[in-house]
Amino acid sequence: MSESRNVTIRVPVLARVEGEGALDLAIEQGDIKELRLRIFEPPRFFEKFLEGRHYAEVPDFVARICGICPVAYQVTAAQALEALFDLDIGPWARAMRRVFYCGEWIQSHSLHIHLLAAPDFFGCGNAIELARIAPEEVRRGLRLQALGNELMELFGARSVHPVGVRVGGFHAAPSPERIHAMRERLAAALPEAEALVRWTAGIALPPDAQDFVSVAMRDPVDYAIEHGGIAASDGLLIDAAAYPEHFVERHEPHSTALFSSYRGAPYLVGPLARLNLNRDRLPDDVQALLAEVGFALPSGNVFHSMLARAVEILLALREALRLFADYRVPAAPWVAAKPRAGVAVGCTEAPRGLLWHRYEIDADGLVRSARIVPPTAQNQARIEEDLRLSLLNFGLDHADDALRLHCEKVIRNYDPCISCATHFLRLNVSR
Amino acid sequence: MSTHPPSRPRVAVHKFSSCDGCQLAFLNLGEDLLTLAARVDLVYFAEAGPLDVDTEVDIAFVEGSVSTPEDLERIQRIRAHSRVLVAIGACAVSGGIQGLRNSVDSASWVAQIYDHPAAIASLEHSTPIATHVPVDFELWGCPVTSTQVLGVVNALLLGVSPRDDADKVCTECKRQGHPCVLVTHGIPCMGPVTRTGCGALCPSLGRDCYGCFGPAENANTNALSVQFARLGLDAQAIARRFQSINSQAPVFRLAAERTRTAGDE
Repeated sequence: MSESRNVTIRVPVLARVEGEGALDLAIEQGDIKELRLRIFEPPRFFEKFLEGRHYAEVPDFVARICGICPVAYQVTAAQALEALFDLDIGPWARAMRRVFYCGEWIQSHSLHIHLLAAPDFFGCGNAIELARIAPEEVRRGLRLQALGNELMELFGARSVHPVGVRVGGFHAAPSPERIHAMRERLAAALPEAEALVRWTAGIALPPDAQDFVSVAMRDPVDYAIEHGGIAASDGLLIDAAAYPEHFVERHEPHSTALFSSYRGAPYLVGPLARLNLNRDRLPDDVQALLAEVGFALPSGNVFHSMLARAVEILLALREALRLFADYRVPAAPWVAAKPRAGVAVGCTEAPRGLLWHRYEIDADGLVRSARIVPPTAQNQARIEEDLRLSLLNFGLDHADDALRLHCEKVIRNYDPCISCATHFLRLNVSR
Repeated sequence: MSTHPPSRPRVAVHKFSSCDGCQLAFLNLGEDLLTLAARVDLVYFAEAGPLDVDTEVDIAFVEGSVSTPEDLERIQRIRAHSRVLVAIGACAVSGGIQGLRNSVDSASWVAQIYDHPAAIASLEHSTPIATHVPVDFELWGCPVTSTQVLGVVNALLLGVSPRDDADKVCTECKRQGHPCVLVTHGIPCMGPVTRTGCGALCPSLGRDCYGCFGPAENANTNALSVQFARLGLDAQAIARRFQSINSQAPVFRLAAERTRTAGDE
């Protein structure tokens, strides 16, 4: 096709993303004239209808922001409120919150790799087609996803909108028999997760190194999941309360999600950002496995996100096993909270990246205001920047279908959760 | 509705305003998802991949509530192309948690959250699917379970009407032998007025049901409100119990209004 041709590509509904979004791409005289990721998931106004609710209701409410990562919302809210109320939930609840969270990482990452991202790299339209050419790999992925769900069900009775978390700990503690049975299944899944890392590392990726800032939580000892400060690859290290001083949200008319920036520029959150910042927090043999499969960190190629998720599945399985090692049922699974007025702030690493909450609570324990910054909103500006760079790198001369597929692959690297972001995709290309 | 068995039914899963959680009743099936894909032809499922909006289907599962001007048109198209339409989950059957905006001036909320309010297309109310098109079957729950959605698929494969249980959480709770959290522990449990189907999960953890499966048949919300007051809840706190995941289900909406009115007197 001619360089001077003007082309419009419209992808009206983006498949294999969570929620609804579209992409508008206009190419004029061989240049990108317009590139917009439009998130049109209808706004659901969580921050507003949380106002006037009792603090104890918050974990069950915020779970409903996202069916895929409800644990992230519940745990972030509970921890923020516990910090405000000076509540020490004790070692058992702290450890089990991390295990519960590991279950969500395993579930969400497995779902993303096998049902959403991998089919692109094998020329398949969906996981069912992929299962015809890679049946064992897809079945292994679905088994890991199911195991993640079962780990969540241990503590939450169900994996979508689990009901086990309360401010102060958990409503109930699983029996040692159930934990013992789960430990055997987790141990049996370790070789499967290792094989998954090797399989994803073997998938040919477009070379697409870009320069960007990674933002993720960082802890002095552990690989940050549910605890740690907020770090950036330029050396920033702050606590959760200082987040608004460094990160800014703005609204663009083409999206129902807010765009975030750091020092005036887009930034990356999510599994690759976490590994870029925290590879030294991985167990030695996991680091050795990364070296063996040739996964060099830090990486500026966001196509490494799928491999990063596989690595985090392995890590989450190991963490769950480690924390179950001396499992005992505690005297009480929760401690009573005494509400007090003030501002509750907290953050955790949701499967898709940093999730930040802030609640203003009154003396009766009622929410006066709420602010929730989900990972996809933080990644939205980075996705647009990545698409622009990645398309120029890929070449604008490709046929519309090839351009569209490339854009979709780029977008799916971020596993955008549009439901979360609005509390996102249609490609519309014009040339 | 006609229930003759289609050979390999064509199934669509559509999403409106929601958290995506009810679609997970399919995507969380594990290896059974591959078995399902062999038995039915998934023709539209944006999150899983296939995108074919205007194909005629035997069963359309619809998740989410109608909350934008575009939704109004899309649900009509889906209805026109679907032999059986099944609304799944609290959002699709009652307007969902985002239905909490129906009782306030939500336009002011848009102005408070977004710098460009005019660019936000949002209807004043979040409404269930049945408000706009005939719905053949409704599955309650936040979220619905895989058992519920597979029950509908299997019933239609066999050519029978899907079964529905509108009994209370209490009956399931008793069958499982859990101590009553309301009577024994004095916790304001919604089980006596809430539809069964979850498996009495909350009481199994010793906590209160919070009504995520919506109102049961013959729900005596008056008696339960009186009991909640005896437990020390004020009118606002009692109203909040009904104004949650299914606040726009008529039985719960009326209970909340009555409580608030009584509280004002």
